[in-house]
Amino acid sequence: MDSDPGVTGKGVTGKCGAEAARRPGEGEPLDVAAVRERLREKKGPEFWRSLDELAVTPEFEDLLHREFPRHVTEWPEGVSRRGFLQLASASLALAGLTGCTKQPLEKIVPYVRQPEQVIPGRPLFFATTLTHAGYAMGVLAESHLGRPTKIEGNPDHPASLGATDAYAQAALLTLYDPDRSQEIVRNGRTGTWSGFASEVNAALRARQPLGGEGIRLLTGTVTSPTLTAQIREILTRFPNARWHRWEPAGGHQEHAAAQRAFGRPVTTRYDFTKADVIVSIQSEALTQSPGNVRYQRDFAARRRVRGGHPAGLPDGSAAMNRVYCVESVPTSTMTVSDHRLLLPPAEVEGFVLALAQALGAAPASNTVLADAKSTAWLQAVVEDLQAHRGTSLILGDEYLSPAAQVLVHAINQALGNVGSTVIYTDPVESDPVDHMESLRALVADMNAGRVEMLVMLGSVNPVYTAPADLGFAKALEKVGLRIQHGLYMDETSEYCHWHIPAAHELESWGDARAFDGTVSVLQPLIDPLFGGKTESEILAVFSDRPDTGSHDLVQAYWKTQLPGQVPKDFDAAWQAVLHDGLVQNTQLPPIGVAVAGGAAQAAAGEILAGLAEARAQKDRVTLLFRPDPTIHDGRYASNSWLQELPKPITKLTWDNALVLGPATAQRLGLKVEETVELTVDGRKLKAAVWILPGQAESTAVLTLGYGRTRTGHLDASGREDVGVNGAVGRGFNAYALRTSNALWAAPVEIRRIGERYQLACTQNHHALDPQGNEDQLASVEAERREVIRKTTLAALSKDTAVIQEEREKPGEHDTLYPQYDYSKGHAWGMAIDLSVCTGCSSCITACQAENNIPVVGKDQVLAGREMHWLRIDRYFEGDMDDPQIHNQPIPCMHCETAPCEVVCPVAATTHSHEGLNDMVYNRCVGTRYCSNNCPYKVRRFNFLRYSDRTSPLAAMMYNPDVTVRMRGVMEKCTYCVQRIEQAKIESKIDDDPGHEKIPVNTLQTACQQACPTHAIVFGDINDKAWEVTQWKADPLNYGLLEELNTRPRTTYLAKVRNPNPRLEAAAGAEDGSAEERTSHGHS
Amino acid sequence: MATLEKPYKPPVVAPGHDTATVTDKISSVVLQRTPKWWFIGFGISFLLLMGFLFGVTWLLLKGVGIWGVNQPVGWGFAIINFVWWIGIGHAGTLISAILLLLRQEWRTSINRFAEAMTLFAVACAGMYPVLHLGRPWLAYWLFPYPNTMGMWPNFRSPLVWDVFAVSTYATVSALFWYVGLIPDLATLRDRSKNRFWQIVYGFGSMGWRGSAAHWHNYETAYLLLAGLATPLVISVHTVVSFDFAIGIIPGWHATIFPPYFVAGAIYAGFAMVLLLSIPLRVAFGLQDFITMRHLQNMAKVMLATGLIVLYGYIMEFFFAWYSGNHVEQFTFWSRINGPYRWHWYGLIFCNGVAPQVLWLRRFRTSPFWLFLVALIVSVGMWLERFVIVVTSLSRDFLPSSWGMYAGTKWDWMIYVGTIGLFLSLLFLFIRFLPMISIFEMRTIVPGTTGEPSLGGEYTEVPR
Repeated sequence: MDSDPGVTGKGVTGKCGAEAARRPGEGEPLDVAAVRERLREKKGPEFWRSLDELAVTPEFEDLLHREFPRHVTEWPEGVSRRGFLQLASASLALAGLTGCTKQPLEKIVPYVRQPEQVIPGRPLFFATTLTHAGYAMGVLAESHLGRPTKIEGNPDHPASLGATDAYAQAALLTLYDPDRSQEIVRNGRTGTWSGFASEVNAALRARQPLGGEGIRLLTGTVTSPTLTAQIREILTRFPNARWHRWEPAGGHQEHAAAQRAFGRPVTTRYDFTKADVIVSIQSEALTQSPGNVRYQRDFAARRRVRGGHPAGLPDGSAAMNRVYCVESVPTSTMTVSDHRLLLPPAEVEGFVLALAQALGAAPASNTVLADAKSTAWLQAVVEDLQAHRGTSLILGDEYLSPAAQVLVHAINQALGNVGSTVIYTDPVESDPVDHMESLRALVADMNAGRVEMLVMLGSVNPVYTAPADLGFAKALEKVGLRIQHGLYMDETSEYCHWHIPAAHELESWGDARAFDGTVSVLQPLIDPLFGGKTESEILAVFSDRPDTGSHDLVQAYWKTQLPGQVPKDFDAAWQAVLHDGLVQNTQLPPIGVAVAGGAAQAAAGEILAGLAEARAQKDRVTLLFRPDPTIHDGRYASNSWLQELPKPITKLTWDNALVLGPATAQRLGLKVEETVELTVDGRKLKAAVWILPGQAESTAVLTLGYGRTRTGHLDASGREDVGVNGAVGRGFNAYALRTSNALWAAPVEIRRIGERYQLACTQNHHALDPQGNEDQLASVEAERREVIRKTTLAALSKDTAVIQEEREKPGEHDTLYPQYDYSKGHAWGMAIDLSVCTGCSSCITACQAENNIPVVGKDQVLAGREMHWLRIDRYFEGDMDDPQIHNQPIPCMHCETAPCEVVCPVAATTHSHEGLNDMVYNRCVGTRYCSNNCPYKVRRFNFLRYSDRTSPLAAMMYNPDVTVRMRGVMEKCTYCVQRIEQAKIESKIDDDPGHEKIPVNTLQTACQQACPTHAIVFGDINDKAWEVTQWKADPLNYGLLEELNTRPRTTYLAKVRNPNPRLEAAAGAEDGSAEERTSHGHS
Repeated sequence: MATLEKPYKPPVVAPGHDTATVTDKISSVVLQRTPKWWFIGFGISFLLLMGFLFGVTWLLLKGVGIWGVNQPVGWGFAIINFVWWIGIGHAGTLISAILLLLRQEWRTSINRFAEAMTLFAVACAGMYPVLHLGRPWLAYWLFPYPNTMGMWPNFRSPLVWDVFAVSTYATVSALFWYVGLIPDLATLRDRSKNRFWQIVYGFGSMGWRGSAAHWHNYETAYLLLAGLATPLVISVHTVVSFDFAIGIIPGWHATIFPPYFVAGAIYAGFAMVLLLSIPLRVAFGLQDFITMRHLQNMAKVMLATGLIVLYGYIMEFFFAWYSGNHVEQFTFWSRINGPYRWHWYGLIFCNGVAPQVLWLRRFRTSPFWLFLVALIVSVGMWLERFVIVVTSLSRDFLPSSWGMYAGTKWDWMIYVGTIGLFLSLLFLFIRFLPMISIFEMRTIVPGTTGEPSLGGEYTEVPR
């Protein structure tokens, strides 16, 4: 169909949908004369099925696509998700699964001999790499008979150390997402790879004499050495071609700040193991940056308290860190901080200036801070910092203005932190540019008609993500040849002549650098399910190597890099790289840079000006844009695991919302779930309001990534049912308000509309009771019920048993039923350290992947039926406008005297001799009595048929060791019983007979394994050598609701804070009740 | 010992009736042509029943997720309705068994349809525990039967106790009702003009000829069954209350539940008997048999049990306070102040306040007011179960797990549908079976018993 002259060159912008929607018979009448003409000229096909086909009418194309479905734009809107899956899977099956298992001929080898290492039922693990916003994280991918089924962290990889974030866990779902684009699309129709190559070649040949003038490449952040080499090669071949970059949520201001401070781009990385005092200023570096998993691990190592004393580093050095947060909106860092100063964004910048001045990093001026509280706070922080020169750390990055970041660099330098806690390196990003400027230049050139061919690589979606003021879509229409390569048919695809499906990272060969520069290698676990192509393969077309696979391309590059030019040496080195998942010793070395003279002074002036302006307009609401904590910049919008993952702190799912503090909402007269019209710079957007305690006055947040109009095959229309794989969220498109001059903050006008938009929150569901805010009532009750026990390091050092004295543990024999002796064999238990849980939620996604936990969809979340076996409870404490926030992961408690077990009429939930509260799905009839009687409400019920038991893709993804539950049965956390059994089998094989205990600390649950801060441990509590037993012996250990005599096997280590005595005293003087609470109740 | 004047009792049957007229009157209801209003009433009931079948079909196809149940409120309408219907059934057994043993002759005119009501209410109730299961096709696993799985049910679970309690109750109630019917079926057999009905009633009467031996056996069986049914009145709702009382949830875990549930059941049951008898006596002109005395007596029973229930409500709050248990206290605070407070206020009005008018004779003797109060009490008893089931679950131990519950259209469709089932069965019953026990009525017609015949005009004499 590529040679079809009838459609070539037609503008296809936005038309494919309309054409596809027309049905046969409704369109233009058949032009018989034209058909006759075509037949005579033999331009059309030689054999034909109908006149329609000969005429190549859109109606026939349409019919053909309906008959052999390839993308879902062809299905009528509003088709139910279930319906789609059924059709899609049926069509896959009908197509002989060619779409799934398309393999190069030379690789098809029957199992005449069993492949080495592949043993049915036993997984293999491969070291590979997943990237997020360009940066690599080393992972181990579990493979069952060639199907990737789970992602684990790579313990040898510096960005992972064995843990992962939620994005990495959820990558598995994206791999099997049937919404991914499944064919090459040209002008809205099926295209071919060779057609693509020849068209590109023709275009390149035409441009060759001009040095590639008019050829443009647009990517996100690129750190891949291979890709960089390829692009450089192309740029050498076509010197006038340009490479543009656009990472919507990338480090725009960080880059500008580095340029100002050091005169060159640098990458800043942190060493949290050395940081005694951390001041986090409007920063999410700990939990959202490319190095977050590593950072959290290092941070937690310094935050743990054991035996009443800081656990410190493995070598026994160093005390517990102290964290100060200065911010406008609650961050995950704040939930593990000791002090928090809540200020509006402009005042935060003022605080940076004041801090710089106090530490001599900026020239002194008049008083900058607005109130006495900030001043007192500043003094205490300054004192603390001065006492910890060289071991303190000021975090202030992307969300601070470049001026304020310059000051942060200056402060770190003044405190002697550079080289210790702060490390500057060459940029990890290849050939770094200012993305905003780069995109702006591209749009300007497109508008000026200077762009003939635009290649958008690696799922960039500028039509959706570009700042609204650039008018990217309009400019794009002026480009002669528009090529997009991505995982999904998205907003941008609709404007493109070519869409090439991207291979998922688990299907690709490739490489990328981690946050510290370490080169990590991607190796495929499976052939591309939908025939996707990697970025290198696309770029190879531009180097006239259209049929070179990504394996050869990557290897070709590394042949020039790895030691030993002899092939044999290379093979050994390459094998080592693949085994490790990374190239050793590629971490970028520190560089010496210093803040340029005068930079701080200029920055101070800028901040003062900004502050004066902000103070003049006190009531103006500032709208902050932030990447979404679960779907990031929108790239994960069709990943339903991430959509349904409750966002840390707000606990919203499936939507974003305009998040406001209670005071601001009250002043504006706004209620929860009310819709408002936002106006930024004349651009309007409707959004629903969510009220969250702990936001600065007159500050609102809207996260990016929602309000997609198209991802994959699905539009945003409502569906009643959600299957195992993706779906687009609803929500509100923040990009519509985001402009190139105000990427992270903009003044906003809020106008009430008075409509209502339901938001699916997993905690309290925001029912309002007459006493006011349900959140607050819940928090007060949680406090009284001592759900979260907490203390301070100071109190603990006076009396290590302070938590033990508070406990209300019933006596050993307070039960009617006979006691079971668990002292023989294993006894499983878990402990969770509340001091270090940041609420990042990677444990939840890990649990979901490991245990085949279904996604239920927004409607079911609204109905209160989310299925997560593990949830993270969030409680506020104290002042509604500026509370403390606590995280508490809640898996099944595996109570020794489990209330669920006695009430089950059919004995479907029973206790194992190792203390597991087992759930027998086959036996369950679904009375839900167990769930009612569970004081922790950890049981989950399949109210409807949530699990996808029909789709072949889902079947490939499921963990074969875990039952897929049917409707009508109860399920819950099993402590990953399949892993326990696997470990038992292993130890039975390995050990002497009769000596079948699982070796110490060799067994991890999925949540434990994924946890970046190592807040969860699991193991045999009968054996003192297991880490869990040591945790449980800790004086901080307590059981949740243990006064009920449930004897939970999951226990918690009380949350320990390390407040600055000066600030604590000041807070006490200000608020007597707070003082009483701290000194009496919890210290 | 001074001779005590026997207290005056208004007659159970209005004067002027003899055995023949009683038989004529009652059997004519069955043997006459079907009145037009019967078709209308049955039609409406049957329509509701169809709604029920539709709802149940959808339920079986889709799963209990079509209802409003969720986390943390795992039980909703199904359990509320189950307890409500079971409670309604209690009056029938109480009237037929306990009042029989206590030789309360006034029970005779209402016991037959009260028993029928019991049976139909238990039928409605009995479906809910099955329908509310996630996998209802496996409901038989709750029975202890020998099986290849080698599994017994979990005898510690109150739901298993429920299985025994409810199935025993249903069996004994059915037997009791049927045994009581046998002599009357014989009467109908003898009076039927139609061969078909002669055969049908003939089968039903099991060859009853009214011989002395028959009567002897009959009396023995009936008394035995009454003896069997008597403890059931107490046990069934006690066991049902264990579903909650055994639970650990604040608002459920209370020792007061068994007596307060039993009282509540009798309360609801008498309300339902009133609701049915007041229109029936008018429709069939049975004012002579179901007299004002009956209505008054039932009103008095309602008042008494209503007060017990009210006492239960007060004690729940008292013990929540007295326990010093904060979670328990919060649950009850939440009943008055929480999101379900209107349900609680409604319950207190319906069950606690409204029935107090029955202290006044004026209201007790007015069928209209009695009907209204009975209706209010029925609603109130439903609300009581709603408050117990839903509010307790919606605000339990961990504040993070609090949640809200509301019934969906399917919940309502199935609830209203069981009312349709109940009414359909009732309409069939009054059409095809004698709704008042003919032979027992004959025994209390003046002159046939020890009851003195007062003669003269029937008047209400206050005492």
